[in-house]
Amino acid sequence: MRMTAKSATLLALVILIALAPVFFPSGFYYRVGALVFVNALAVIGIVILTGWAGQVSLGHAGFAGIGAYACALAPVHWGIHPALAVLLGAAISAVLAWLVGRPILRLKGYYLGVASLGMGILIAMVLNNERWLTRGPDGIEVPELGLRAVLKDAGLDLSNGQFWYFFCGIVLILGAWLALNLRDSATGRALRALHGSEVAARTVGMDVARLKLHAFVISAVYASISGSLLALQNKFITPDVAGFMHSVEMVTMAVLGGVGSVAGAIFGAAVLTLLPQLLTIFAEYEQLVLGLVMVLVMIFLREGVVPSILRKIRGSGE
Amino acid sequence: MTLLSIEGLGISFGGLKAVSDVSFGVKPGEVVSVIGPNGAGKTTLFNMISGVYLPGSGKVMLNGEDVTAMPPHLLARRGMCRTFQNLQVFQSMTVLENTIAGYHLQESGSVLADILNLPAARRRAKQAEAGARELLRRVGLERAAEREAGSLSYGSLKRLEIARAMALNPRVLLLDEPAAGCNAVETEEIDRLIAEIAASGVAILLVEHDMKLVMRISNHIVVLDHGEKIAEGDPASVSRNPAVIAAYLGAENAAG
Repeated sequence: MRMTAKSATLLALVILIALAPVFFPSGFYYRVGALVFVNALAVIGIVILTGWAGQVSLGHAGFAGIGAYACALAPVHWGIHPALAVLLGAAISAVLAWLVGRPILRLKGYYLGVASLGMGILIAMVLNNERWLTRGPDGIEVPELGLRAVLKDAGLDLSNGQFWYFFCGIVLILGAWLALNLRDSATGRALRALHGSEVAARTVGMDVARLKLHAFVISAVYASISGSLLALQNKFITPDVAGFMHSVEMVTMAVLGGVGSVAGAIFGAAVLTLLPQLLTIFAEYEQLVLGLVMVLVMIFLREGVVPSILRKIRGSGE
Repeated sequence: MTLLSIEGLGISFGGLKAVSDVSFGVKPGEVVSVIGPNGAGKTTLFNMISGVYLPGSGKVMLNGEDVTAMPPHLLARRGMCRTFQNLQVFQSMTVLENTIAGYHLQESGSVLADILNLPAARRRAKQAEAGARELLRRVGLERAAEREAGSLSYGSLKRLEIARAMALNPRVLLLDEPAAGCNAVETEEIDRLIAEIAASGVAILLVEHDMKLVMRISNHIVVLDHGEKIAEGDPASVSRNPAVIAAYLGAENAAG
């Protein structure tokens, strides 16, 4: 039964990504779509860390910053191809998450939240202040990935917006597939178990500290790749990508959609990425509407939108 | 041969001796019960044996190895598992997933294999699931397998905890009040289950308030009062022991 839930999520995602462009009124929406996918990728990482393992991070944008600046700096300074720079960024993020996670994952609840917040702020500060390397708050340009030109030579001529829409879409499908694999594996089950009861998890032989560290590292890699994709498609990046507001945004998207659910992560990312676009007419009221949506969801759909709705559907079906 | 031996175990909390100098042993296939009035230190003793508390003095020996203050997940690797008085169930997971979690040590492999859903990971998960379904059948929960654990009745959750502990295939099983809050039928179920597990050669250490249950299934009883061992022996001799009767009835001078 769970197998079908996993395939259903992936199938729905593939269909949605493939068919959505039919309804796009203009080419601009390819760009919005790509942004949704990039955000959703980072939020899947939050689902693994917070939704399953129960650990709160308010600093994950820091890893997005590392992924983004790896793509900006590595090709220029070390002559690494931008595609490899994505992997380099992910590797740096993973190592950093491992080093930072070991001490801070001993902390519980809001202490962990504050410690991770500190880590995120530190990364943002480095990106802001080390001007000789990052050029500071004004941002830095990012080299072209080059894949679009390759596709064009192969006879597939996509506009810039179309290319990034489908490329990020494919990466998101891959990310969702890996996360759903993890969910029902021994590791995923252990993560969800330690969320339920750490004492009991230990008595069945789970190495709780190690499992939390795994979740932290995996989610950091998701955030890092999300940051890389953002930098590569914008061809420009500022330290804001590592900023506190970006971290909060990730957590908010996860909570809105349903923090324990991959489908919820994508839904939450879609809503909170699209809403500001739709609300541009009421630009002044944008924050107000966003706040109101969050408050209403937390009151009426406490598990997040997707899990609450699924539960209602299943409930009425029985 | 003694599998689990407790040697002079003691602990103090802020100068108050919660448990002092308690010794006894448990052999394979034997059910040893620890009884005593409320606050006698039974659960504290349990928490020391299972690595939750660090004992102030004494040793816990498991199969000849000193496992004093070893963290619970390492004790699990050496074949010791426990259940909890105040249920510790993975509430938001299904009954089946809760039981599979007990197979963690046998099931878990490389995280990368798990993420990529490699055949090795799938095979491990499948084996664990088959084992878990069999255990759920043994404890009478097979029909609830797909239900969320949080929706089960209290007695069922107690059995689920036992099933999860059995999944580790333990050599020593610590049961902390397995029948607390259960009705007569559920208690009988648990009674049968414990006897069955002991018959398969597992050493069982039990803390329990239900005296009928204790007298029925124990081979050996250790009585604690105010953190000290005041008596031990087979059920018949313990129930006649004047010190034990005094501790339970509160008649201070009955023993002397």
